[in-house]
Amino acid sequence: MIAETGLIALWLAAALALLQFALGAIGLRAERNDYYAAIRPVAVAQGLFVSLSFLLLIWLFLRSDMSVRLVVMNSASVKPLLYKFAGTWGNHEGSMLLWVTVMGLAGAFIALFERSLNKRTLVATLAAQAFISLGFYAFLLVSSNPFERMFPVPADGQGLNPLLQDPGLAFHPPTLYFGYVGLSVAFSFAVGAMITRDVGAAFAKAMRPWVLGAWIFLTLGITAGSYWAYYELGWGGWWFWDPVENASLMPWLAATALLHSVTVLATRDSLRAWTLMLAVVAFSMSMIGTFLVRSGILTSVHAFAVDPERGSFILALLAIYIGGAMALFALRVGTVKEGKRFELVSREGALVANNLLLSVILALVFIGTLYPLLVEAVTGDKLSVGPPYFNLATGPLALLLVAVMAAGPLLRWRRDNPKALLNRISIPILITAAALFALALFTTGMSILALLGLALAAGVAVASFAPLWKRNLRRTPLHTYGMVIAHFGIAVALVGMACESSFTEERLVAAQPGDEIAVNDWKLKFEAIEPMAGPNWTALEGRITAQYGDGAIHEITPQNRMFAAAQTQTSEAALLTRWNGQLYVVLGDGDSEGRWQIRVWWKPFVTLIWYGGILVALGGFLAMVGRLRRGYKQRKQREFVEATL
Amino acid sequence: MKAKHQRLTLALLAVVALVGAGLLAAYALQDQASYFYTPSDIAQQQPEAGAAIRLGGMVEEGSIQRSADGVTVQFIVQDAGARQKVTYTGITPDLFVEGSGVVADGRLDANGMFVAETLLAKHDENYIPRELEGIDMTSGKHKTETLVQ
Repeated sequence: MIAETGLIALWLAAALALLQFALGAIGLRAERNDYYAAIRPVAVAQGLFVSLSFLLLIWLFLRSDMSVRLVVMNSASVKPLLYKFAGTWGNHEGSMLLWVTVMGLAGAFIALFERSLNKRTLVATLAAQAFISLGFYAFLLVSSNPFERMFPVPADGQGLNPLLQDPGLAFHPPTLYFGYVGLSVAFSFAVGAMITRDVGAAFAKAMRPWVLGAWIFLTLGITAGSYWAYYELGWGGWWFWDPVENASLMPWLAATALLHSVTVLATRDSLRAWTLMLAVVAFSMSMIGTFLVRSGILTSVHAFAVDPERGSFILALLAIYIGGAMALFALRVGTVKEGKRFELVSREGALVANNLLLSVILALVFIGTLYPLLVEAVTGDKLSVGPPYFNLATGPLALLLVAVMAAGPLLRWRRDNPKALLNRISIPILITAAALFALALFTTGMSILALLGLALAAGVAVASFAPLWKRNLRRTPLHTYGMVIAHFGIAVALVGMACESSFTEERLVAAQPGDEIAVNDWKLKFEAIEPMAGPNWTALEGRITAQYGDGAIHEITPQNRMFAAAQTQTSEAALLTRWNGQLYVVLGDGDSEGRWQIRVWWKPFVTLIWYGGILVALGGFLAMVGRLRRGYKQRKQREFVEATL
Repeated sequence: MKAKHQRLTLALLAVVALVGAGLLAAYALQDQASYFYTPSDIAQQQPEAGAAIRLGGMVEEGSIQRSADGVTVQFIVQDAGARQKVTYTGITPDLFVEGSGVVADGRLDANGMFVAETLLAKHDENYIPRELEGIDMTSGKHKTETLVQ
């Protein structure tokens, strides 16, 4: 009965979404106030029913109901509870249901709490939101019913892909999905504003928290995904320019551009058309990302859940939404009133430069990711584009972008004096130059990109704190601190990336128990191999002791796991984290002479890559709290003034 | 600058930037896109030694040989038409077995040996590297066990 109830809840939610769309569309045309009033409760009800449906699916997974096809295909009764829970969205149907649930909840949230937006724009936004959801409801109900039953009922399920049985990955997809869905809300806002021709500062202020929220989740999702690939695949790399990774990077690039342009729109009322365009592009990128990951159209080191038929469904949705939004944009862009003007040397100018660079990087990643598809469609040749292209194409631009990022916050709004600006950024420039000089002198074997990156990171680290210079720190708004921390986080991540790519040391040996391995200042001793058993796997575990210089002795235990249910092996790398880097050990196969392959990396400062990512997200979080609090205070003040008048 | 002119400047700037991106991409792709090769492709038209390429096919039954150093493997990748010798130093992926599909990034050396830098084997029972779809694998027997169908 649980499955049927879930399905009914899903149908009801879909019907409510249809009603929500109709109320909005008809209400706006007829300018009916009663329709406007009705749309809010409908949106809330839709959110509740779709959440109910999703909760019931989780319940089915938790109790391992093997009469439900989805549970059979993606779960097993012996699986740890956490992965039964996470297995709910570790598959196509479940993740689509998660998507539409988050969208429904976001719609309910807007309906309940959004107060600053013009009423008609709000109605148009909710209608657009319902329209997008409808496509996903249709998708679920027509071709990917998560509640489908299965007869005869099998004794047990097939289990979850062992690579996915990792706490990090259990929560990685929902994080990215929150980001994608946040962008869909920004998209709905843009469509709503285009329909009512109400693009201005108020609209930008209403849209900004959603963009910021989406961007925070995307940042965290990408950071977590990178760390997951780093320790789970056992290849010692943190970014492979894999299509699935690019699928999450592209929306992030667009969201980063949108975040900055929406700030210009909110504070200075400039870049109106450009911001609308970016909102459309950002959501397009999250749809394209979903399409790439879900369709199996690209080869990927981590392409899960592949199915071409479903790919075409998403492609059709993509065409309708993006095509529709682009058409609307083309129709309405002429009627969007011009925003305020600014000189090129100004904060706005720097943000325009930021936006252009991000757009170009986005275009380069986009081309590189889709080029193999295009070539294959046209000529039939199979081809792959790899890291050499992406590094060459995006690396220099990314460094330029970081330089703009350092200077931007030091510029004044509207117009600035170039000489005074040069004065303000002289210290970071000097630091960058000094770092460049020192690195060139004292290090060997650094690539030019890494060298520039490390030197620039030093300059940016200092420049990112410059907005706090000579300010009363207690009266500085929270969102300024947010920006400072986010920009500093970029510098931190850059240091990690440059150090990892330049100073990593590696040893690959076949060792017998008792052998010693030296890498950098580390002495490792291979003690023994022991069998292990987990809840649904068995493993061979290498026991290795590691000592840094004359320091304390640590034990590390890389494993090779065998999963019986899926007949799959995974290797669990052992990581030893120190303040100045990470020791990374992978256990390979044994041979007939009793030797075991062991691969050891010493990666100086590699953890800064992910700490940087967390700092960036933290900065975004502070900015969001600061903005929301300020908006709340202003509204209270306004209400107070209105009440006393 | 008039407002109209400013808009035009910004629009032009955006167009120039995006066209620039396209040109840059075209240039970089020409230079860096590593073409996907099957053993037959290599037999027909040998790529330049040292050029980064990607090789895909089936690991020939009985061809995997481990070297004395314990960390280097040599094997043969084959498709319906040809065979290609490959050497790889490192830990092989978990599902790297004889008779299974493999995709390798690397380059040919002067002797025609393919030196692999990374190996991608199947992810799990259900995953086949997309490049291998539609390639005739003569001895490509790989049992797929499915619990329920």
